Amino acid sequence: MIEAVAFVGRKALAFVEHLGRIALFTTRCVATALRPPFRFHRLVEELYKLGVLSLVIITVSGVAVGMVLALQGYNTLVRFGSEEALGAVVGLSLVRELGPVLTALLTTGRAGSATAAEIGTMVATQQLDGLRMMSVDPMDYVVRPKAMAMTLVMPMLGALFTTAAIFGAYLVGVALMGIDGGTYMTSLEDAIDFRNDVAGSLLKTLLFGGIVGLVATYRGYTCAPTSEGVSSATTSTVVIASVTVLIADYFFTALWGV
Amino acid sequence: MAESAYTRDSAASRDEDHVLLDDVSMAYGDRPVFENLSFGFPRGKISVVLGGSGSGKTTILKLIGGLVRPDTGRVVVEGDDVTRMKERELYVVREKLGMMFQGGALLDSMTVFDNVAFPLRERSRRNKHEIADKVHNRLRSVGLHDVDDLLPSELSGGMVKRVALARALILDPVIVLIDEPFSGLDPVTVKLIEALFVKINRESGMTMILSSHHIPTTMRMADNVIMILQGDAIRGTPRELARSRDARIRRFLTEEVAEEDVLERVDQLQVEAGPSGRSGG
Repeated sequence: MIEAVAFVGRKALAFVEHLGRIALFTTRCVATALRPPFRFHRLVEELYKLGVLSLVIITVSGVAVGMVLALQGYNTLVRFGSEEALGAVVGLSLVRELGPVLTALLTTGRAGSATAAEIGTMVATQQLDGLRMMSVDPMDYVVRPKAMAMTLVMPMLGALFTTAAIFGAYLVGVALMGIDGGTYMTSLEDAIDFRNDVAGSLLKTLLFGGIVGLVATYRGYTCAPTSEGVSSATTSTVVIASVTVLIADYFFTALWGV
Repeated sequence: MAESAYTRDSAASRDEDHVLLDDVSMAYGDRPVFENLSFGFPRGKISVVLGGSGSGKTTILKLIGGLVRPDTGRVVVEGDDVTRMKERELYVVREKLGMMFQGGALLDSMTVFDNVAFPLRERSRRNKHEIADKVHNRLRSVGLHDVDDLLPSELSGGMVKRVALARALILDPVIVLIDEPFSGLDPVTVKLIEALFVKINRESGMTMILSSHHIPTTMRMADNVIMILQGDAIRGTPRELARSRDARIRRFLTEEVAEEDVLERVDQLQVEAGPSGRSGG
């Protein structure tokens, strides 16, 4: 019995210690972001790696999701004779919810895991120690640009995903199901409000970008210096970031109303 | 065991200590690496930390570089106690140090040129032409030509070590730490790199601290040897150690210890595996 209590106590202490480390890591990351040197060239490199190299997967996934959504939406709406509302249904669900969340999940899978693996490999091959010995802070040179790039790139990728999905839905709704193109666009425009929907969506993706960036860099930075450690960091990045994004989405939606 | 022409007189290794470990103990978790070690590394000489695998050679270099902290004791580098320094303060001390890691630790997204130029771009105010000249001179000094645009993944093991050495030396540090420079290299490359170390040391007078388990090379090139044996540090010149009556030193130098360790380890593993392990074996 005492052993069981001790086990729970050790686990609880380890969890609290872990939370403390994440808080310290986040504080250090934010502190280095406010302190020169700002290393804009490193930020641009990371924006390219995390953003530009994700364009294809985001665009293709966006179009596919939009097409499926239009198909499902049309089949439901047509039962009530409201198929002209397809633009509104698709647009609202994409802008408010599916766009930000699916973009965050896709980016976690592609760029978040790559970030954790890259930093983890640098730990395992002593590249971060090498930077320290050259009097270069790895938080400043490696972690900050990656976390910042992830935060900045997520709203842009989210906007691209939503746009591609609306286009995909247009293709199915207008070209395949025969809805009038003008009706589709008017319904979309009338339903979406900039402040409540678009701004909220962008803020959501900014928050998700910060979460994914911090989780990926933290897991990579603190991984064991072995191939197993790198593999574990990559997997846990996808799991932790995805779950955290979904939980944060609930609270953001509840508080913001988006 | 004869000394080569590289090694200078034994009195030289008793000069002023450039780096000092004072009563240092270190453990990783519950596993002690060493306890209450005290020794120094003389200024301007080649010192080799010699010991078997897991004896803590790399840890000693990391302690000097401030990459790990001792549990007790202090580490003094050029008069500065690095033990209690904050990370930011350590960066100032590290400007006097260069370190070549066992695997090179080259930044794998950068070319050879950019790797060697990296410390210059970060820590100096030289223009592009000055940086290019210095990088090419340093690469030539370690025997590398026409490798500017190669990535670390395109280099052989010996080339990686030489690029790493060039990077460690590019800012002309006063102390250079070199971790296992001869591991995984063929005998020809070993001799090439060994000669390179001696040449650089004799020309620049920088303090070189190497970790190695390669006995012949150590005996040829070292001015000062720190042997880590069973948790003890034994300091001497190669000549002094070769003439030592200490049974542990004699066993290690004749490499009998290696065989004994293997046999002991096999026995230990068989005991740990239990009856099924033994029968399976």
